[in-house]
Amino acid sequence: MDWSFITEYYPLYIESAVLTVTIGGLGIILSVIVGILCAIARYYRIPLLNGIAAAYTELSRNTPLIVQLFFLYFGLPKIGIVFSSETCGVVGLAFLGGGYMSESILSGLLSVRKTHLEAAASLGLNGFQTMTNVILPQAASVATPAVCANVIFLLKETSVFSAVSLADLMYTAKDLIGMYYSTTEALTMLVIAYLIIILPVSIVFTLLERRLHRAGI
Amino acid sequence: MRGYEVLFAGNNFLRLLGGLWVTLRISLISIALSLVLGILLGAAMTVKNKAVKAVCKVYLEIVRIMPQLVWLFIVFFGLTRSTGVNLSGETAAVIVFTIWGAAETGDLVRGAFVSIPKHQYESGLALGLGKAQLYIYVILPQTIRRLTPNIINLSTRMIKTTALVSLIGVTEVLKVGKQIIDANRYDAPDAAVWVYAAIFLMYFVICFPLSVFSKKLADRFK
Repeated sequence: MDWSFITEYYPLYIESAVLTVTIGGLGIILSVIVGILCAIARYYRIPLLNGIAAAYTELSRNTPLIVQLFFLYFGLPKIGIVFSSETCGVVGLAFLGGGYMSESILSGLLSVRKTHLEAAASLGLNGFQTMTNVILPQAASVATPAVCANVIFLLKETSVFSAVSLADLMYTAKDLIGMYYSTTEALTMLVIAYLIIILPVSIVFTLLERRLHRAGI
Repeated sequence: MRGYEVLFAGNNFLRLLGGLWVTLRISLISIALSLVLGILLGAAMTVKNKAVKAVCKVYLEIVRIMPQLVWLFIVFFGLTRSTGVNLSGETAAVIVFTIWGAAETGDLVRGAFVSIPKHQYESGLALGLGKAQLYIYVILPQTIRRLTPNIINLSTRMIKTTALVSLIGVTEVLKVGKQIIDANRYDAPDAAVWVYAAIFLMYFVICFPLSVFSKKLADRFK
């Protein structure tokens, strides 16, 4: 292990880690929003939107992110729709994640028992009140573990961004391997960088899940 | 030439399918290997020995915490550098996806075993079944029923993830697609959108029926 190499090049990793987290974070936030919208469309069976949301969910869940990114980054510009690498990363991750999130959120919504909905109706709550006071609190706790798992999955998927020339962690590592042939050092820093990003998130989510579990949900 | 004509010009479409087969072959071999190893690992995870359990758990978490692409890099670039063994991209991919698949399968197998209620064991024994009979007639059929949909799901995940092998230089469907696009750069400048859409649909055509099937199975076994 060449320590001087590590001390010289670790700032590159910090830079690209920040990029990974920024693009990943934006993509994940967007995917939660897309997921909520799709889940609502499917839960209330809104005509037309229900079909679109269901089709989108299946399309995004059954194709690899790298193929989606290639289509966005190399395919679409040929018909005049040009994305920068950064936009492409955010849009691609949101497209992929939206499907996963919508599935998790929908199953949370559907887990609320019918008797609860009937009870809410007989208490005279309207649709909106039923949603905010009866369905959401229960659905949220059921959906949380799945949503957390999706977030970690999406964080890991960000490693594909280098394929559309985003200067993320993988890109930096590959660059250093290519330029200086210091494979061991470059890969070690890569592993450490991903650990620093993913491990805390994973630990927090595990604690959260345990707490939900204790609450008997 | 229009972009979509490139798809079917010459033997382009066959070449794309050939590229798809390269990734599929990697995933099928890895799925088969990880089933065997995963069942063993899952069985090891259910034993009472705390040390065995801890080792399995650590293995699972280490594999899971890193993106699969990082593992591909570690095995493809790192292993070659540190041991001098020269692996082809395909071999490296099979190794990585087997290690990952075995860990995930092991966890699913463990989950399926744990989900069998204790009274199933007890009533089996109370009926006078021997240990082997208990497992063959009572426990395994139920475990397999719970396991199958999850294993199919994992398989679709593995098929999707093998698309990453283009990044360690395996000539699979994305690479073939790029070759076709580059060869037709001047005749059909918009070929890229059609080729990548075709690849997108190819993955969908493979994975969608599998996910529908696994959902159906899961609903039926409920």
